Amino acid sequence: MNSGAAQDWPRDIFDALAALDVRQVAYVPDAGHTELLARCAAARAVRMVLLTTEEEGIALLAGAWLGGERGVLLMQSSGIGNCLNMFSLARVCRFPLLVLVTMRGEAGEFNPWQLPMGRNAGELLRLAGVRVTRVDEAEQVGPAVAAAGRTAFAEPAGAAVLIAQRLVGVKSFDG
Amino acid sequence: MTSGRAETYPLRRREVVARLVADRGELLVVGGLGAPSWDLTAAGDHPLTFPLWGAMGGAAMIGLGLALARPTRRVLVVTGDGEMLMGLGALATIAVQAPANLAVVVLDNERYGETGMQATHTAGPTNLGAVAAGAGFPVVGDIFDQAQLEAALPRIRAEPGPVFFNIKVRAEDLPLVLPPKDGVHLKDRFRAALLGPAAIE
Ligand SMILES: Cc1ncc(C[n+]2csc(CCOP(=O)(O)OP(=O)(O)O)c2C)c(N)n1
Repeated sequence: MNSGAAQDWPRDIFDALAALDVRQVAYVPDAGHTELLARCAAARAVRMVLLTTEEEGIALLAGAWLGGERGVLLMQSSGIGNCLNMFSLARVCRFPLLVLVTMRGEAGEFNPWQLPMGRNAGELLRLAGVRVTRVDEAEQVGPAVAAAGRTAFAEPAGAAVLIAQRLVGVKSFDG
Repeated sequence: MTSGRAETYPLRRREVVARLVADRGELLVVGGLGAPSWDLTAAGDHPLTFPLWGAMGGAAMIGLGLALARPTRRVLVVTGDGEMLMGLGALATIAVQAPANLAVVVLDNERYGETGMQATHTAGPTNLGAVAAGAGFPVVGDIFDQAQLEAALPRIRAEPGPVFFNIKVRAEDLPLVLPPKDGVHLKDRFRAALLGPAAIE
């Protein structure tokens, strides 16, 4: 267990996803998910599904559930904007939808193009019927993902965990 | 209503879809929103058909998630050209995953039928089979007539894929034959039929 300095929250997410028996990991890469993606890619039971746009992941995970498998969708906050109509699929059919969002456009963001979705991702998710948990502390991340996943798959329903930019690190260049 | 070559295509979508799902056996089917789902329903509503009433652009990806979850079952996505055009990126995503058990079939009437028969991009220069090939599908075909359809049917149902066929069908308005509309019901009946009753307890 982690007794040292910084909490290894990507590892905690990985452990939570493994405990939830998540098999399909759908993603558009974000720098904040780098370590988690590497851990997932190294896991034999996990299928990595690289998307061209985040909304594909909602449809993918609906199909996975129809076939009896669980999945998770990883993205950065701007990806929420790409998903809006497809959230209707999860909502109308009550598919489980576990979404892990690394936040951009928060305190210290240098790229103004990230600000609109950084400010609005949480509210847009709520409007789309997805339950939202925001985490600002590293040691909260793993438990938040475990709890969100439990309810998402049990209800079933949509649940998102927004991971604060301060945990992800503030990028100083590129988008 | 746009007029053009598609009004004279010989293949009729209801007959094509009836052939696609005839003696369906273990086949799992996803229908794109609107007319393709009505065609599937006309061919016989079935618990292992998941007909969409929305989620435009998502049909092929639902098929992918299902095909990855159940690699021993053949999965067939039947959708429209407009629906496929809204999610072209899915073709690249599917090609990368390369599920051998997935077939995507587009009923290409070169129209947005549900919304008043407006022309789609395929009425112009766009060729969905070429897009699928460029995306990396290993098995791709274009179908214009009955003989080509007959030759393709066993490949759609069994050839290791992912398989993509674009079927040019006549642009025609047909009577609505509607599947159940309640998404939770459609999901539950599919899971119960595939996974057993415990799956929806
Ligand atoms: C996001 C979204 N945009 C637009 C529509 C309206 N719409 C419903 S069906 C449809 C046309 C579908 O065309 P196609 O897939 O080619 O099927 P066809 O009826 O021609 O067989 C459109 C544009 C919608 N339902 N959702």
